Amino acid sequence: MSAPGSFPPPTTVGQGAERVWRRFTRAQRLTRFTVHLVIVAAIVASIRTVEIIPEFLTDAPEQVVDLLTRMWPIDFAHYRVAVHDALAETLHIATLGTLLSLVLALPVGVLAAHNLVPSTPLNLVAKLILVSSRSVNSLVWALLFVGIFGPGALAGTLAIAFRSIGFVGKLFGEALEETQAGPIEALAAAGAPWSSRMTFGYWPQVKPAFWSIALFRWDINVRESAVLGLVGAGGIGMALDSALNLFQWNRVAVILLAIFAVVILAEVVVTQVRRRII
Amino acid sequence: MLTLRHLSKAYVAGTPVLQDVTLEITARGITAIIGASGTGKSTLIRCINRLVEPTAGEILFEGTDLAKLTGQALRHARRHIGMVFQEYNLVERLTVIENLLSGRLGYVSAWRAWRRKFPPEDIRRAFELLDVVGLAGFAHQRADALSGGQRQRVGIARAVMQEPTLLLADEPTSSLDPKTSVEIMELLAQIARSRGIPVLINMHDVELAKRFADRIIGMKDGRVVFDGRPAELDDAMLTTIYGGRGWLQ
Amino acid sequence: MGEPVAAALPADPFPRSLWPRVAAVALVVYIFYACAQLEVSWERVATGLHNAARFFSRLFPPNFSRWDLLVKGLSESLEIAVLASALGIVLALPLGLCAARNLMPPWVTWPAKLVIVMSRSFHPVIVAILFVKAVGFGALAGILALTVASIGFIGKLFTEAIEEISLKQVEAIRATGAPFASVLAFGVLPQVFSRFIGFATYQLDSNLRNSTMVGIVGAGGIGGTLFAAFQRFDYDFVCAILIAIITLIMAGEILATAVRAIFIENATLRDLFRRGAAMRRVRHAEED
Repeated sequence: MSAPGSFPPPTTVGQGAERVWRRFTRAQRLTRFTVHLVIVAAIVASIRTVEIIPEFLTDAPEQVVDLLTRMWPIDFAHYRVAVHDALAETLHIATLGTLLSLVLALPVGVLAAHNLVPSTPLNLVAKLILVSSRSVNSLVWALLFVGIFGPGALAGTLAIAFRSIGFVGKLFGEALEETQAGPIEALAAAGAPWSSRMTFGYWPQVKPAFWSIALFRWDINVRESAVLGLVGAGGIGMALDSALNLFQWNRVAVILLAIFAVVILAEVVVTQVRRRII
Repeated sequence: MLTLRHLSKAYVAGTPVLQDVTLEITARGITAIIGASGTGKSTLIRCINRLVEPTAGEILFEGTDLAKLTGQALRHARRHIGMVFQEYNLVERLTVIENLLSGRLGYVSAWRAWRRKFPPEDIRRAFELLDVVGLAGFAHQRADALSGGQRQRVGIARAVMQEPTLLLADEPTSSLDPKTSVEIMELLAQIARSRGIPVLINMHDVELAKRFADRIIGMKDGRVVFDGRPAELDDAMLTTIYGGRGWLQ
Repeated sequence: MGEPVAAALPADPFPRSLWPRVAAVALVVYIFYACAQLEVSWERVATGLHNAARFFSRLFPPNFSRWDLLVKGLSESLEIAVLASALGIVLALPLGLCAARNLMPPWVTWPAKLVIVMSRSFHPVIVAILFVKAVGFGALAGILALTVASIGFIGKLFTEAIEEISLKQVEAIRATGAPFASVLAFGVLPQVFSRFIGFATYQLDSNLRNSTMVGIVGAGGIGGTLFAAFQRFDYDFVCAILIAIITLIMAGEILATAVRAIFIENATLRDLFRRGAAMRRVRHAEED
């Protein structure tokens, strides 16, 4: 299966009555074989070196049953005490973090788009910033910010923001690169300065993509914010952490249910807003 | 060799699309089915190879009642019935040669098909067929790179690769321009002659039907209202089939 | 020759709708409210920035002296990512197929869709915590947790891809008398293959990222080493670990692009080297 504009197609070997069909060229077959080999080798090597203790595996069903029995009855009373406020805090972290990331990602995304900023070194630097932001998990960012700003929601918000810059910036940069040059050319021909070309030429084209990306990231961030508290960065994760440390599984259960509910709620909100705005 | 007895189909209970159709296709050559839209032409064709499930009736093909077959038996029966579609229904992302070879999927095991290990005779026959339909050299092009007429030729070649004893065509020329339509009909006629198999074509172009068909079946409201030679198809009958006068020359 | 008649003033050609303005004001109000709720104040930010300077000085220069610990943790993360992706792909394919409404009856699609939705609902770290309880500390918990995450992601996208295919192509293959497996191989798979490679390689990258983190809750990999270093205030070691993680993930992204080029565009090894960094990227279906 070759995509349009792809590499040399397969060949028909031989002429006349003896026509043999080769699906891929020699070089393509070699490459595909190498990839298959590397994949199999990686899997085999991983299975052999990873440390799995068989007793733990056979023990698992018993442990699961134990876990479920300890979670019942679910401690719903705990919700009003510790969970509700923590959930609100989680939502604030997610929202503020996403908003901050939008503000920070916009300039970086613009710098990374070659058709807006034709300087390749700047594009590369911007892309490097975006890749680094994405490579570090929000949990690790949270660790960093807890180290700097101390435990609490501030660290969490910044962690969400910095992690999201990479995501928003990359997709936004791609949306910018896919804009049509036509309207921009028209504006330039009319004598519009760079800022006007941005606002009237690029922005209307990327606006739907921008809001879609923002909503998408907010949805993911709600999920991410819920666990940041495990390293002390605020939100429901902190309640989860204390309940886990004290082995209070009934409380863990109600917290998990609360997180599940909020995640579902966020997805519903996003679907509704999508329908209306985009 | 193909006998339909009391074939009926109702998608919604109470509004039958096919009513009590009884037909015999024995001779070789092209049989054209004509009729207004929605009179059950397409349903009739599709019932024969069970792409559509008939509500009642018998479909006797080479001695067996297709309406009663299931599973592997049905698949084996389908191998002998080739079908050409209005919108070609090629697998767009596969090459022309792969599309042709997909006509042999009923004869090759799934595992070998997945690995593209088709028997050499199949591959040889595929290349020969490409020559026959006038697409020599197109073997390795992706199907979606072809024009409509070229795609239909591939579709016909795919059906012929099955070595069918019956060829069905559901409006094969409806998506093509007039010149290409004639070329496709000529190709179908050539295949009917060289293979000696009956070809059942569902078409909306009456002139094309009269020109190429040996037998014409006219349908109205799910019933057969005309069955005879093209010469016997007069204006009065056409009005009965299609209704209205304004469209006739 | 009279005076020109004054034309009636045209209506405002840029009527501003009210809603965006209301939304903008509401947003600003919300920001202030939320900041207050989170106790974010300028003093805290200022103290933090002051801390940050000190913090960064302790980060650099990165300390690679305990590189054996680093390598051990990284390779474990790599193993977790490889096995979780392999297992996840193998399980997600049939599951995604079963969940496709245009190919399967409801009594098959409903349970399959349920499994996929449940797999996506929880953050991989939370799933890792549960697996640590079930199978103990170590890489196994990490592998299982990321497998679940992979099933949720790949399964959902695979099902969506299948539900968008043209059934006409499938119909034609069925009409030739092909068995079900061949109908899938020739009618369904070619239509979804390139998208599948896209999100399978994407999930591999995502698992690589997550595998560096599940160690924080004891599910194996470099995350545990990182967390321990943090708690011991070994910030220069932390910096070394972060650099290693970023490098690993960047390498993973490059590899993923190469695999996409090989399977979707039939590139050869030579082509890959020739194209180098200017490789065309196939757009991801979804991102994390």
